[in-house]
Amino acid sequence: MITEKVHTSTDKQPFSTRTKRFIQRTLRMRESAIFLALLGIMLVITIVAPQFATSGNIYRVSRQISFVAIAALGVFTVILTGGIDLSLGSIIGISGVISGLCMASGMHYLLAIVIGLITGCAVGTINGLLVSYVGITPFIVTLGMLSVARGSIWIITKGWPVENIDDRILALGQGDAFGIPLPVIIMVIVSIIVHFFLRSTVFGRRVYAIGGNEEATRLSGIDVKKIKCLVYTISGLMAAITGIMLVARFNSAQTSSGDGWELDAIAAAVIGGASLQGGAGSVVGVLIGAAIMGVIRNGLVLMKVSAYWQTAIMGLIIILAAVIDRIKNRKVS
Amino acid sequence: MMAEFLIEMRQISKQFPGVRALRDVDFSIKKGEIVCLLGENGAGKSTLMKILTGVYKQDCGSIYYEGEEIHLTGPRDAYERGINIIFQEFNLCSNLSAMENLFLGNENRTKEGFFSFTQTRKKAKELFEKLHIDIEPDIKVSQLNVARQQMVEIAKALAYDTKVLIMDEPTSALTSKEITTLFSIMRTLKERGVAIIFISHKLEEVLEVTDRIVVLRDGENCGNVITSDATKNQLVSLMVGREIHNFFTKRTQAPSDEILLEVKGICGNKIKKASFNIKKGEIVGFAGLVGSGRSALARLIIGAEKKSEGTILMDGKELIIRHPKDAIAAGIAYLPEDRKNMGLVLPMTVRENTTMCIHRKLQRLFGLISNKDEYDITDHYIDELKIKVFSREQIVETLSGGNQQKIVIAKALAVTPRLLILCEPTRGIDVGAKAEVHNIIATLADQDISIIVVSSELQEIFNLADRILVMHEGAITADIPIGEANQEVVMKAAIGAV
Ligand SMILES: Nc1ncnc2c1ncn2[C@@H]1O[C@H](COP(=O)(O)OP(=O)(O)OP(=O)(O)O)[C@@H](O)[C@H]1O
Ligand SMILES: [Mg+2]
Repeated sequence: MITEKVHTSTDKQPFSTRTKRFIQRTLRMRESAIFLALLGIMLVITIVAPQFATSGNIYRVSRQISFVAIAALGVFTVILTGGIDLSLGSIIGISGVISGLCMASGMHYLLAIVIGLITGCAVGTINGLLVSYVGITPFIVTLGMLSVARGSIWIITKGWPVENIDDRILALGQGDAFGIPLPVIIMVIVSIIVHFFLRSTVFGRRVYAIGGNEEATRLSGIDVKKIKCLVYTISGLMAAITGIMLVARFNSAQTSSGDGWELDAIAAAVIGGASLQGGAGSVVGVLIGAAIMGVIRNGLVLMKVSAYWQTAIMGLIIILAAVIDRIKNRKVS
Repeated sequence: MMAEFLIEMRQISKQFPGVRALRDVDFSIKKGEIVCLLGENGAGKSTLMKILTGVYKQDCGSIYYEGEEIHLTGPRDAYERGINIIFQEFNLCSNLSAMENLFLGNENRTKEGFFSFTQTRKKAKELFEKLHIDIEPDIKVSQLNVARQQMVEIAKALAYDTKVLIMDEPTSALTSKEITTLFSIMRTLKERGVAIIFISHKLEEVLEVTDRIVVLRDGENCGNVITSDATKNQLVSLMVGREIHNFFTKRTQAPSDEILLEVKGICGNKIKKASFNIKKGEIVGFAGLVGSGRSALARLIIGAEKKSEGTILMDGKELIIRHPKDAIAAGIAYLPEDRKNMGLVLPMTVRENTTMCIHRKLQRLFGLISNKDEYDITDHYIDELKIKVFSREQIVETLSGGNQQKIVIAKALAVTPRLLILCEPTRGIDVGAKAEVHNIIATLADQDISIIVVSSELQEIFNLADRILVMHEGAITADIPIGEANQEVVMKAAIGAV
């Protein structure tokens, strides 16, 4: 070790080295790499299908991305602890339907929204309790919940979509401000909150620590079970936000709302650099991951690729992302 | 013509982001030679050995093997050439059994190509017997304590034909009994012509078992001495670049008469009705053989494991501890023996690890963490323990072994506890730093903090403790004031002969 001083803390160094370090660090960051990938993909799509770059299309794509991104941020929090939430798609559906039914029955729209959010939190908490305190693996618990929640939607609605949604909430899914879709603005606000929550609070620190080494975290006097339970509550809450926004978007609560969304949400997190082992990943990465998923989906439609192919291609992209991640990790060690 | 050296490394340099780990280092070893690689924490020993085993690639310099230059493509390549390493940090799969770990990557198969349990078990038994290791081949590694895991690591490295054996601090978790066994194994291998590179911070061992000593300081060569000519003081000054005198810890104050903690008949996890007490400002050393239950007892006290019976009193009042968080709330800090699995969150930063136990203290409105306090505390311990880092944001995984251990110490000290439970606190720490850590412990005791030290190194306990408790098969068999303690008395109690 040839450093001049042994204990150099960053803030004592001259400005220029600090700037250089900062730039180097930024370039080394995983987020920069996937951001470049996103730009590359957008470029290719624009060349093949020029209508991609029209303002109307960008408007629609960004709105679609926001819905997925918010749900992805929830499951990302779970993934950080080394868990997984497969039930988020069904939670999207059930919280939308419950809050839709409340509105249809004439309840005040704000109360209906709150009840929808509580529904998501409640279902998430049940997942969390089963994972943490009963000790069942997250995969099984949430796989079961996926079915239970979706089934409940059908039981409650008998398969009919819920109409008569309060007009005042429609803006949440359809409106815009300064030319930017409201869902995008909501996504930005939620992302900022989640980012600070994970990076600057005790709770967030502990979430990362559990994913890094659960036993060491427990021995440090941290209530691991409580935190592992709460991340599912958060995932449920995020899914519920998405669910309600989707109700607003379509002016009705569809029974199939959120069906299969766990794929996009988990993929967004993984493409964005979250490790399924836990402990690694960032909010910015997840947002870029969600954007990549959304842009590719949209591009395939514009390029008139058949729906069958689309599904297969999206699956391939997820596997590809995982493979690239693996190779990158191998190089480092 | 036979080359003079089996391995020759010339002018090796290695740069990591932020640190120059090695600069123009030469190193060589002959057949049948035992060479010690000596140096302070972070001097570059492990890095040099990782280059020799293909884990890292050197930036410049070359490696000659039997006189020919080789370019290692990876660990597998080195291994196939007969270069085998026991890493400083354990690399066992804890979900597999001991025997499965022994032959990992080289499984014994039946004719049909299936994994052969019978054959593996037989071979494992033979190997363990040859090495005088008392471990069931079928036991899961996660159920073994650090010392036993270390023995499995050693056995694993010896399971194949080896030409060069590298041992990165193999003895740091072992008690003298296992160390003796290990040394006799090393001598047998030496007679068979195996070249052994031995890394250790325990100078007595180094002087006892090696032929030659190569010293590194700050990533550069700074000495190459024949062991029979070397003295302890000479080695220390080569390593540190100055002389260290105060190896012995001085207490300025005797422990008070007030009892802080009273443990009454606790049972559970191998522990049979253990009772003892500790006074304010007292240092109690726990001695015993590997597996005698010293760390298990510590885990029961801090609530890491459930106790089936017994009570703990603090200041005369009963203390209910169900989870490590209760222990911390009561002012009991715990330093676990296994830093990699129980002490550190490796992918997190120095700062985040140091303050792991004191989130409550750092917490402000909305659960936000106070940056300033966190920086101050981290910097304070980096300074006090002289932890070699290039920034407090360095990822702990990239620190040298000894510096990782210092982070675990910092983490426990940051609690500012009333009772400090230390399991193998100086594992992997160099001579100079060890004396400093001992001084810190003595100073804390002078400030009326009570300290429990569990150590497999008797000398460490003799050096620090006011009183020694000896354990044997889960029970406390002797309580010896330091004035009456000597090696013999302690060992007798440790094997249950009192
Ligand atoms: N992967 C890495 N990335 C960055 N720095 C590293 C990495 N590995 C080692 N270092 C740095 O290189 C230096 C030498 O480390 P090394 O592990 O070789 O020390 P060592 O001599 O084995 O010390 P110890 O006695 O504590 O085990 C240290 O300052 C360490 O922080
Ligand atoms: Mg080392």
